[in-house]
Amino acid sequence: MRKSLLKTPPSELSSRPAPHAALVALGGRRKARRNGAGAPYTGVPRLRVAVESPEPDATDEDPQITARVRLLEAFVSRTELADCTQFALQWLAETIGLTKSICLVRPGSELVLFVAGTYGMPGSAAASYSVSLEDWANPLVSTFTNRKQIFFPAAHSAADRKRRPSTPFEDAAFHAVPLGVPGSSDEAFGLLLIGESGPLPHAFQWFVSSLTQKLDQVLRQQALTEGDRRQSRERSLLTSIINAVSDPILLTDTDGRLVIANSRALTLFTASEEESEGRRGAVRMNNMLLSSALSSKAIEETGATRRELLLVNPVDGSDLVFELLSAVTEDPRQGSGVVSILRNVTDLRRASEEIEENYRKMRVAEVQSRAERDRLNLIIDSVADPIVVTDAGGATSLMNEPAERLFTIPQRASEIERRWVQANDAHFSSFIAGMLVSADQRRVGEIGLVDPATGESMPVEAIAGKILSDHGELTAVVTILHDRREALEKAKLYEQLKQASDELERKIQAATADIAQQNELLRRQAIELEQASALKSQFLANMSHEFRTPLNAILGYTSMVLQGVGGPIAPPVRRQLGRIESNGRHLLTIINEILDISRIEAGRMPLQISRFKIPDLVSEVKAELEPMIRTKLNVSTQLDKDLPLIASDRQKVKQILLNLFSNALKFTHHGRIIIAARRNVADRTVLLSVSDTGIGIARPDQEKIFEDFRQLDNSSTRPYGGTGLGLSICRRLSQMLNGKLTVESQLGKGSTFTLTLPIKGRR
Amino acid sequence: MTTKPERPRVLLVDDYPDAREMYTEYLEFSGFDVVEAANGMEALTRAAESEPDIILMDLSLPVMDGWEATRRLKSDRRTASIPVVALTGHALAGISEGAKKAGCDAFVTKPCLPEDLVKEIRRVLESHARAKKVRRSGKHAKSVN
Repeated sequence: MRKSLLKTPPSELSSRPAPHAALVALGGRRKARRNGAGAPYTGVPRLRVAVESPEPDATDEDPQITARVRLLEAFVSRTELADCTQFALQWLAETIGLTKSICLVRPGSELVLFVAGTYGMPGSAAASYSVSLEDWANPLVSTFTNRKQIFFPAAHSAADRKRRPSTPFEDAAFHAVPLGVPGSSDEAFGLLLIGESGPLPHAFQWFVSSLTQKLDQVLRQQALTEGDRRQSRERSLLTSIINAVSDPILLTDTDGRLVIANSRALTLFTASEEESEGRRGAVRMNNMLLSSALSSKAIEETGATRRELLLVNPVDGSDLVFELLSAVTEDPRQGSGVVSILRNVTDLRRASEEIEENYRKMRVAEVQSRAERDRLNLIIDSVADPIVVTDAGGATSLMNEPAERLFTIPQRASEIERRWVQANDAHFSSFIAGMLVSADQRRVGEIGLVDPATGESMPVEAIAGKILSDHGELTAVVTILHDRREALEKAKLYEQLKQASDELERKIQAATADIAQQNELLRRQAIELEQASALKSQFLANMSHEFRTPLNAILGYTSMVLQGVGGPIAPPVRRQLGRIESNGRHLLTIINEILDISRIEAGRMPLQISRFKIPDLVSEVKAELEPMIRTKLNVSTQLDKDLPLIASDRQKVKQILLNLFSNALKFTHHGRIIIAARRNVADRTVLLSVSDTGIGIARPDQEKIFEDFRQLDNSSTRPYGGTGLGLSICRRLSQMLNGKLTVESQLGKGSTFTLTLPIKGRR
Repeated sequence: MTTKPERPRVLLVDDYPDAREMYTEYLEFSGFDVVEAANGMEALTRAAESEPDIILMDLSLPVMDGWEATRRLKSDRRTASIPVVALTGHALAGISEGAKKAGCDAFVTKPCLPEDLVKEIRRVLESHARAKKVRRSGKHAKSVN
């Protein structure tokens, strides 16, 4: 350590023009530093040495002894090298009479001997004299290294001069005396040059040993002081170096106590009392963590290698990850300790974690993209339209199954199939080539392909889109082909349908025109029919009138004759007149019934609705036909007590009842006839019925009796009279009155005719 | 022929002589005084000069038909109060409507037996006399008030 501290950089030495001056300057600088640092320097300045001497002699004693005591006393009181040397050389001149001397010393381990003091040497040459120890040819160097005193006689020629070193004594004779600790194996530390041509006196030997001893002491002391200074400088330098290191560095003793720590380490492992509790807690924890990490056992187990140490940042409490590098140092004086360097790898760790995370994400993304690709493949394959992906060079990189059918030659393909596929490929390639050279992002075109399966022409619509990379480079072209056959077929069918539809429309128009014409015709016919009907009605009316007029006279006169207006008549005549009358009445009935039918058919049968009582009506009907009732017949009425007034055409209802009753009388030879009226509350109707025990009507004939001019026995010899219009008129009238006329009958047992009428008349 | 003043006078208008003769014979047999007319124009003249109690009016008549004659009778102050019974062989609907519109008080369809015609004449005369009586008492009441 001493050696290293004393070492001066060689550059500093070589740039120094005068080694002695440099030593002085070094001393001056040292003083300045010390003064500057505020420490008082009590050392005696070199200049004062000359002023101080000579010391007062002790004359009463042996001069030799006294002189020696004086020297030793001076040595005791002096600690500076120059001081001691100067005094010693002066003492040598004064006491021993050696008046020209130069003392050279080697400060520390430097390879140069500098002047420590001179005496009796004129000029400044001696002060700046120095000897390089690397100059092996210099006899002084061997003197020094061999520690052997040597005499250089005066030089008289150039050859003499060559054999001797260059010194401030020039050509004069001198002695070179090495200064070294006697009995020690250490090399010399100085050289004393004495300008003397004769041998050196005995007293000189004592002087040399005394000086040697003193200078050894001074130099040792000086070296020590210099070492301290350097050490502190180096220490501060080291401190600032280790403080400049951003990694915490610390030295701990065997018990784990902190010996040295840089500022980074201090913030982690020390906290004063004023610091917050949290910070102190963090520091305590850090110390604990560090101690356990540094425990000798831990070090032994893991060696002086890298370990990870998790600490807490006392400033913000965040986690810090350090890499701990620790090594055991052996120091003979202070014992062993552990030097630790903590490298903050928090960011590193974080970065590595991020890298791991990114890697993981990348793996996930890869898996996803693979799944995506698989799905895309599935989708593409599931599309019925052919899809082709072409790379930037025009080569097919992907196609789905429908596309394969068009563009790849199947195994065991016939020659014609092969040619079709090749033709398809050529057509498609030219389309893609056009797409690749154009600047269009999208292109829609039509390609005439052939279906290789059938050889059928297959026009397709091709929709191609370019896929660009992030940098705008073309990476692929995706083309979707759409089979146009169906669309064309549909268009054709549509056209046919349209033609058919047009045709149909024309036909409909023609038919419509036809129908309009027919309608017009019908309308005219209807008018004509109406006119014909009106004419018929008019004719019937006229006919009726013309029939009635003579019939009126026939019946009138018959009646008058029968009444005896013109005088009494004979019984046979009365009987004959009775025939005339009954036939006349029959004729009138026929005329009236024909008239009724024609009125109903012409819609000229007006209704006169009034409210009337059914019992009254039944009585009138019974009374009117009283003369026709045969004595064998039992005629009765069964009328409900709560019969309501009904709103209807009284005249028509009476006509119907008269007809039914007269029929019953006509076709019933014995038994009974019941005229009944009852109310049906649920239907809000009244049922008027005429039941007889007459000849009855067979079931198949029961509807026929309501037809016009229908009498069941149409033979010329039929036993019953009548036009056959009566029931037909009754049914029509009942319908006009919103009622109905029905019959229940059994052949040979009798019939019941029922007229059902709404109580409220016409709705 | 002397006529009792209580015999009601009937103006019988009919263009068919057999019918006219038959009804006349029977009406006179039944106690009526009968004045005859063969058409509407004649009916107007006879009505004005003989002041009948009731007029039997056939509707289909030559020269002037029964509807027109009735309208004229009813619009003449002197004959307006005489009841008119339409007597026709027309049985079509609308005939009786038209007759009533023209002012007929009753309507009888031919063929009509003489005795039925007499019944109808008596019914109309009775209701006419009742109405006249009511009208008269109404007038009387009015004058008192």
